[in-house]
Amino acid sequence: MPLPSRSLLPGSLLLGLALLPLTAIADRPLSVVAPWEITGADPSTSGYVYARMRVAETLVDTDAAGQPAPGLAESWQVSEDGLAWRFALREGVSFHDGSPLTAQAAAASLEHARAKPGILDSAPIAAIEADGNEVVVQLESPFAPLPALLAHSTTLILAPAAYDDEGRVSQVIGTGPYRVESVAPPQRLGVERFDDYWGEAPAIDSASYLAVGRGETRALMAESGDADVVFTLDPASQTRLARNDRLTLHAEPIPRTIVFKVNAAHPLLEDERARQALSLAIDREGIAAGLLRNPEAAAAELFPASLGSWHLGLDAGEARDLERARELLAELGWQANGNGVLERDGEAFELTLRTFSDRPELPLVATALQDQWRELGVALEVAVGNASEIPSGHRDGSLELGLMARNYGLVPDPLGTLLDDFGADPESMGGDWGAMGWRDTDLAGWLDTLRQEADMEARSELAGQVARRLNEAMPVVPVAWYQQTAAVNAELEGFSIDPLERSYRIDELRWSE
Amino acid sequence: MSQVLASRTTPRWTTGLGGLLLQRLFQAGLVAWMVGTLTFVLTRSLPGDMAYRIAAGRYGHDMVNTSAAEAVRAELALDQPALGAYFGWLWDLLQFNLGRSLVSGEPVLAELWHQLGHSLGLATMAVLLSLLLGPPLGLIAGLKPNGWLDRVSEVAASVLRALPPFAVGLLLILIFSVSLGWLPAAGHGRSAHGVLPALTLALALAAISSRVARNAMADVSQSAYYAFSRTKGLGERQSFLRHGMRNAAVPVIAYLGVQFVYLIEGVVVVETLFAWPGIGHALVHAIVARDVPMVQGTALVMGLMFVVLNTVVDLLCHWLDPRRRSA
Repeated sequence: MPLPSRSLLPGSLLLGLALLPLTAIADRPLSVVAPWEITGADPSTSGYVYARMRVAETLVDTDAAGQPAPGLAESWQVSEDGLAWRFALREGVSFHDGSPLTAQAAAASLEHARAKPGILDSAPIAAIEADGNEVVVQLESPFAPLPALLAHSTTLILAPAAYDDEGRVSQVIGTGPYRVESVAPPQRLGVERFDDYWGEAPAIDSASYLAVGRGETRALMAESGDADVVFTLDPASQTRLARNDRLTLHAEPIPRTIVFKVNAAHPLLEDERARQALSLAIDREGIAAGLLRNPEAAAAELFPASLGSWHLGLDAGEARDLERARELLAELGWQANGNGVLERDGEAFELTLRTFSDRPELPLVATALQDQWRELGVALEVAVGNASEIPSGHRDGSLELGLMARNYGLVPDPLGTLLDDFGADPESMGGDWGAMGWRDTDLAGWLDTLRQEADMEARSELAGQVARRLNEAMPVVPVAWYQQTAAVNAELEGFSIDPLERSYRIDELRWSE
Repeated sequence: MSQVLASRTTPRWTTGLGGLLLQRLFQAGLVAWMVGTLTFVLTRSLPGDMAYRIAAGRYGHDMVNTSAAEAVRAELALDQPALGAYFGWLWDLLQFNLGRSLVSGEPVLAELWHQLGHSLGLATMAVLLSLLLGPPLGLIAGLKPNGWLDRVSEVAASVLRALPPFAVGLLLILIFSVSLGWLPAAGHGRSAHGVLPALTLALALAAISSRVARNAMADVSQSAYYAFSRTKGLGERQSFLRHGMRNAAVPVIAYLGVQFVYLIEGVVVVETLFAWPGIGHALVHAIVARDVPMVQGTALVMGLMFVVLNTVVDLLCHWLDPRRRSA
């Protein structure tokens, strides 16, 4: 018997060697882990990764308050009639291949972006041209939030050499403080410092991005020190990671809101009091604390604080009033029957809520609503299906209620999203992920004014008006806000979360001494 | 031994082998057609609008609306009858053209090539590790059936096989990455990254192969010919080498073929857990994004791999067991 075990020896030695720890590397590269995969090189599909890893930049950046700020464009102005925007480019900027940033290159990048589905679809753009050192965007009708759209990652400015003959992006050649060192879709991106960057040089030499789909794996990577910055932590792991001395935990509300859209043309829901009653019966704080494990997430309004003047500052606790909800429904003629279900003229208050499981919390929230509305006497059926069933139900009119997550901060100004969701034309209001069967001439007018009004003060007043009206009429009802969370190596300094998720701000990080 | 060498030159050997290969080739063609047809029918009959799914896969959920979905539908001709698309795919397949991914727009073959390399690397490492761990342990245990080693390894094997690979993987990360800090928890790029995912797969494979080897060895060690080899004066070591190992190896190798099913299934889970960019990972994402050509391509490659691996197992058994050649 000694023989077989002895013949194993060289093998086990080899195995032992493979298991030896790797020695630390002197200049300490930064490792970033997040759940989002890299689909390719094109900004229309994976622009966010290159923007967040600071490889490529947009004409417009955002400041600490989330407002549009100079990026590759140093300044911009709009013509009297609001139809021509001129973006003056920053001088002395070069792409990672050494070619200079010119207005031609920038305009060509934007034209490529416009040819594919993306954020520019929501603006009435007639043409994008280069004129001297300026990029000129010609519009068909005035569109005040244009600079905000040009902060979106589908509008990244890439060098002419980045595109092949068919207009596909073959490699990402941007202007950011980091350049692509290696890219292995769908998961890994390596970047290194670009020495000719126009702005402040980053402190960390090189960084890597890894897409890791499973939350458990991400949390363990933070715990084991494999990753220095880990985004999107599941609630269960957060508690455990918070006890780890080698990590600091960060959380920041982001403008993505769990909402349900209401078919306002439905006989049970056409009166806004019925919609208000449904909203008043929701225990948002319970959902936030119990299901989302974050009491701060309760949302009594659509827009979180990071959206500035769109945020009203309403209290989620006060948004619940079961008595008031019962009164409102009684005003509409609803009476509880023997089974505790509301009835009117022999018809029961029964509704179907469609939702989908791409975001795992949505079906949970849906069942919580089912339970909470049962107290009110509303019988809710929850149908968990596919995300496309909400837009298709919107189109064919079969949708009653649709629970979803809507990002109002795709760009620094939610107006683009609101125009999609509600519309500025009072005759045909509504959108796939917004109002359905709902008309409001005032709101359409305000959105139309916002589209054209460039004065900041007037804009923020209108923004407040829009938010208040949406909150009263409830064509779309807010439930909870999302939070971006991150676990960060305690030896890193200068970390912050961008609430608009445009950047991982890795150029602001440094290793502590 | 001399019998083995002699039979290598007989013509029957080649005929048998040729027949075997021909049969496997036919099987491969059948698998390709059936897997492709099945995935086509299944992905088409999944609930939800394909155009929205593909648009979400391409541009992200936040950018999906009816106009993006309609653009995708028009570009990919999704509103055309499914039968036409099916025959188009079949015709392309005959020319070894797997099409382009609906999401990334890259040729499926190029993407598969990249992913297959990662998966094969992982699978090879897992099989080698499992062979290093399982059969030697089983052979030693089989020499003394019901000894302490036999009992301990039986319990360990049952536990390891009963745990899903997902749980085994998490445990390994907890032990080797979080507690000991020896190995990276997940990712790829350095060779150290492959150890934990390969070990996760290998442990479950070894659990089975150690028991198969143990039973085979127990049979052999209690057989008349093994007893005779000892009676005729061969030492324990020589008996094992000349009469034990080869006879016990046949069922172990034959059983490897069955284990590849587990390997292919395990790769899907393990690759997702360890963020390993292989074919299993790609399959999961392709299904979510309704990327039909990618689903067909990955399923096809997995099916064909199964045929190829089983052929290799058959060939190995053919070589190990002279009795099969005359059969």
